[in-house]
Amino acid sequence: MNYIALNMLFGDRAKYLMLLCGLTFAVMLIVQQGSIFWGLMIWSQSSISNLNVPIWVTDPGIAQVDEVKPIADTSVDRVRSVPGVEWAVPLYKGLLRARLSNGEYHQIILAGLESSSLIGRPAEILEGRFEDILQPDAVALDQWAVERMGGPDVMKVGTIFELNDRLARVVAIAKTQKSFTNIPVVYTTYERAIRYVPRERRTLSYVLAKAKDGVPVEEVTRRIHEQTGLGAFTAEEFGWKTIGWVLKNTGIGINFGTTILLGFIVGMAIAGQTFYLFTVENLRQFGALKAMGTSTFTLARMILLQAFTVGLTGYGVGIGLATVFGFLTARSGGLPFIETWQLLLLVLVGLLAICTFSALISIVKLARLEPAIVFR
Amino acid sequence: MMDSQTQPAAVRARGIVKSFGTGDTQVTVLRGIDLDIYLGEMLLLVGESGGGKTTLLSAIAGILDIDEGDINVLGVPLSGLPTGKRTTFRGQTMGFIYQQFNLLPALTAAENVAVPLLIQKIGRSDALERAQRMLDRVGLNDRAEFLPKNLSVGQQQRVAIARALVNEPRLLICDEPTAALDGPNGQKIMEILREVGRSPSRCVIVVTHDSRIFHFGDRMAHLTDGRIVSIEPIVREGTA
Ligand SMILES: Nc1ncnc2c1ncn2[C@@H]1O[C@H](COP(=O)(O)OP(=O)(O)OP(=O)(O)O)[C@@H](O)[C@H]1O
Ligand SMILES: [Mg+2]
Repeated sequence: MNYIALNMLFGDRAKYLMLLCGLTFAVMLIVQQGSIFWGLMIWSQSSISNLNVPIWVTDPGIAQVDEVKPIADTSVDRVRSVPGVEWAVPLYKGLLRARLSNGEYHQIILAGLESSSLIGRPAEILEGRFEDILQPDAVALDQWAVERMGGPDVMKVGTIFELNDRLARVVAIAKTQKSFTNIPVVYTTYERAIRYVPRERRTLSYVLAKAKDGVPVEEVTRRIHEQTGLGAFTAEEFGWKTIGWVLKNTGIGINFGTTILLGFIVGMAIAGQTFYLFTVENLRQFGALKAMGTSTFTLARMILLQAFTVGLTGYGVGIGLATVFGFLTARSGGLPFIETWQLLLLVLVGLLAICTFSALISIVKLARLEPAIVFR
Repeated sequence: MMDSQTQPAAVRARGIVKSFGTGDTQVTVLRGIDLDIYLGEMLLLVGESGGGKTTLLSAIAGILDIDEGDINVLGVPLSGLPTGKRTTFRGQTMGFIYQQFNLLPALTAAENVAVPLLIQKIGRSDALERAQRMLDRVGLNDRAEFLPKNLSVGQQQRVAIARALVNEPRLLICDEPTAALDGPNGQKIMEILREVGRSPSRCVIVVTHDSRIFHFGDRMAHLTDGRIVSIEPIVREGTA
């Protein structure tokens, strides 16, 4: 009977392709939208992930990573004195204007790393040596700075530009995850960073820290918060906090959430609807089988087999197409596109659920079907 | 044939009443049908269009619940069987031939014929072998691998006959088997039905409008106003 079921499914090429197209489209829509959404979310917290540091300490009222709330310079030592902290270093982070020799101005994010350890440095360097930022006036750029500030002809190792009337010389270019705002990042040492910026009462943006081996990082963040009164977060917590803020405050949450939800509903409705129509159109055939003595149970199995076969095929093709789309757009860097297995699993579960659901509706219809229709 | 009427009826229907709809729109289609059909015979069921012939066939086949009366097929009271058992019983004892053939378009002729066997959980290669033999008997040995759409209507109905007979049903139920066919094709189908379908251990019921095929039957029952008004033997030329 499985053979008959599959033949019914594949036998009518046109109907099968229609069905497959509906499901494929649905899956593609959801995976594509979901991946772009997730890509945006990853972008929004890339200023955290790019630094690859386990603990972030700052003002307890901080809402998200790009909103800097300076804290007292003494905070570094206070964090260091918390038991379980292996090391703690300062990080400067602030917006500044860069003036290029061609007269153009660009807004940049200045990141000042502690000079002895360079903790928070990008993992991958495309050109030059990152350690060279220890030299006088030396800075490193991320690759987005190159892109945004005039391209590799204008911004390269050796280029000199001005930050607040002080000279900055590019010695390295780093590869980082694109950020949500896509503001170029200029790396320098902490000491030099605070000389680039206008004098303020407080200059320390973050304290970056690490827990000692064997001490749970959550325990250490809790202790830091209790002893210093500062906000202490694991990188993951801070990332989620930032994502949450973006979702709530930028309209991305509402807009994309709606798109994805609609994509999901529309996609699933298409899938369910097409499959249901498929059964209805084959009602006569099922009626004939029923008249010839096929039990409702067997018919149900046949329908489920048909639903899952076409569902899984559509899932595969849909994901394939979405991935190709993602590969093409992500390669050009225009759109964030991050396909996670969680999303794929969610879509699979959703799809199987909708296939089961529409199969069940069809089964109920078949169970009620009077095989007498075959006489008409 | 006359001998057979001395034995108990293969199909024994008593007092069958069936209505459709409720309230004002209710129509009573069958108003107390009594009918006996015997092994070895081919009974023609005739009557005006909309008179309830198909309804009666569906009731006898156990695919339609009746309001009143009893139907006994081969000693088994149909109305007493739960749905699942009735479905199994139908698969084992009955074969169907329809006006619209109802072949599965995606399956080849041989596969279509094999379906009732597959439903009985007979292995695929066994089933196909038996299907092939059945196709030989209806003169389609060279068409086994054809899809229904590549067969003429007459050939499609022959495939349907092979399918109806492949599991050796005791009861063969045909609803207007020639209605979709032209005259010569209709004659051919009836010849095959008579030669291949009729057997001492089987009874055949044929609903028809087609007076050109009346002479193929053994007895003819008239259904009018929801009742069987007459049943008479058909006298063929050359038979007594
Ligand atoms: N499922 C149903 N629901 C409601 N009415 C029905 C149903 N099936 C049949 N009828 C009605 O029952 C009556 C008898 O129908 P049936 O199909 O048995 O007649 P018939 O003798 O086979 O006619 P024909 O010669 O045209 O095939 C018709 O009036 C039809 O409208
Ligand atoms: Mg009819």
